[in-house]
Amino acid sequence: MFYREAGDFKTSYRDDNQTFPIRLDRAGYWIALFVAFCVIPFFVNDYWVNSIFAPFFIYAIAALGLNILTGYAGQVSLGTGGFMAVGAYACYKLMVAFPDINIVFHVLIAGGITAAVGVAFGLPSLRIKGFYLAVATLAAQFFLVWLFNKVAWFYNYSASGQINAPERSVFGIVVTGPNTEAWAKYMICLVFLVGVAWMARNLTRGMTGRKWMGIRDMDIAAEIIGVNPLMAKMSAFAVSSFFVGIAGALFFAVYLGAAEAGESFGITKSFLVLFMVIIGGLGSIFGSFAGAAFMVLMPVLLKNVLVGTMGWPTEIAAELEFIIVGGLIVIFLILEPHGLAQLWRLTKEKLRLWPFPH
Amino acid sequence: MTTDMNADSYVTEDGRTIGPVVMDLKNITLRFGGVVAIKDISFDIREGEIRAIIGPNGAGKSSMLNVISGFYKPQEGEVWFRGSKRPPMRPYQVARQGLARTFQNIALFEGMTVLDNIMTGRLNKMNANLFQQAIWKGKAEREELENREACEKVIDFLEIQHIRKTPVGRLPYGLKKRVELARALAAEPSLLLLDEPMAGMNVEEKEDMSRFILDMNDEFGTTIALIEHDMGVVMDLSDRVVVMDYGKKIGDGTPDEVRNNQDVIDAYLGVSHD
Repeated sequence: MFYREAGDFKTSYRDDNQTFPIRLDRAGYWIALFVAFCVIPFFVNDYWVNSIFAPFFIYAIAALGLNILTGYAGQVSLGTGGFMAVGAYACYKLMVAFPDINIVFHVLIAGGITAAVGVAFGLPSLRIKGFYLAVATLAAQFFLVWLFNKVAWFYNYSASGQINAPERSVFGIVVTGPNTEAWAKYMICLVFLVGVAWMARNLTRGMTGRKWMGIRDMDIAAEIIGVNPLMAKMSAFAVSSFFVGIAGALFFAVYLGAAEAGESFGITKSFLVLFMVIIGGLGSIFGSFAGAAFMVLMPVLLKNVLVGTMGWPTEIAAELEFIIVGGLIVIFLILEPHGLAQLWRLTKEKLRLWPFPH
Repeated sequence: MTTDMNADSYVTEDGRTIGPVVMDLKNITLRFGGVVAIKDISFDIREGEIRAIIGPNGAGKSSMLNVISGFYKPQEGEVWFRGSKRPPMRPYQVARQGLARTFQNIALFEGMTVLDNIMTGRLNKMNANLFQQAIWKGKAEREELENREACEKVIDFLEIQHIRKTPVGRLPYGLKKRVELARALAAEPSLLLLDEPMAGMNVEEKEDMSRFILDMNDEFGTTIALIEHDMGVVMDLSDRVVVMDYGKKIGDGTPDEVRNNQDVIDAYLGVSHD
């Protein structure tokens, strides 16, 4: 009844182009931002940040990155874990080599390095498509993890083969290392997430996004009307890897604090992010958030319900968790193959007419 | 009134000015392995005219269009565009020179809205870099709004305002054909290639499409080369017609000349071999 565009007249193309054309959506967006920036930081504790907010924000960044490549540009990738490792190790080397430079720059440069690596591994996409490309990116995943395990220079010859994040601060506030306060961890992840989501939205609504979607929907037609397939695919790999690299750098430096390539950035990570993108909705910014939230929150919720409320033993609950999450994924995909984003879209269409059926 | 069609430019009976040659195809031969799809064909397309390519199935018409749009590379022959010989180039580079086309089986981007499809047609008019687009300030936003306005003109012209924000996948066939035309027209091409724009349409839709093609030519002065099977439409619309059969050119001239050409009549109606 309240959720509709009636009476909200657009008088310029700028108004018509905005991300949230419906007033209630716009209000919801600003309220969500306000709560995220001005309310939650005062209440978060270690448990909430470490088990919910930090992984959710970081995986949402990674999912946004993969969604640009797979959802928008149509290039299937199974190398997300490997590219996250590039971001993490690049960030580690930079943090150690240039301790005086602000960590924010380290994370951004780590993203840039990942973008270059992503472009290099994306080159086969000019010749191969679909499942075959997926296999090629799988090679990237295994090669990168092997590289970071074998070449000791990457982990600075440490005896354990691990990389450990030294303590670094932004504006005098410690954001990495064991002395980090919960709200600082929360804030730095949130700032990066909002920045990445904003850029992803701008890129996908402009000409770059149209070129990507053109390549995805019909590559030959796209080339004939003037899309340079090399530039379109490489820009998709670059932007996607940039975001994934940022996610990897934050995952290591802020969230984990210590990492080892095979364990933290293995093939399971690639699949996890791919699941998020598919469950959330391919080719949707909102879907990246929804998918990340689903995959991060569902296990936590199940654990709390099974162990906390129903009092089951932890080991049984942990096993059941896998079964239930797996089952839910299958059910969701049968009910709505286009993901949570499509479900949300349909709900909004219904809401616009409510309480009338047509 | 006699018109000298060899002159640099002339005025047609309905008052349109036909200019000099835009596209000149010289002795094009295209082979796929042992199959000769196009054999030593030459013809030209003049500025402002509607040029039809007709012929029975398998005559090589679509292959010809693919040669013009750079998708196929002919083994022999030269393509001259606006007075200079075209070097070998990729299709997207040809598009940048001012060629736009539609496809026999619609090649729209199904997952995008009508507006986004049409905006994609203008991609050669927009050159904000990746960073400007990422922050959506300055050039990126300005270009987006300017080109949106140009697209809205095309949308008005083709009368598809009501489906602007609809995903193309949901549209019926006739409208998809129109959206594809809009995407090509949005590029403001100096030569527009239409591959069977009226295939699979009913009489009413054909009339609409014919009107759009004539209006396009009349209002924007767009040069059009089209392939079509409906003889009535071809004869009514076009200024000059090329007739192909088995990869060879068997006729070239005004609709009246072609209609009375014995080779053309034989190709279409068959000839008794005795």
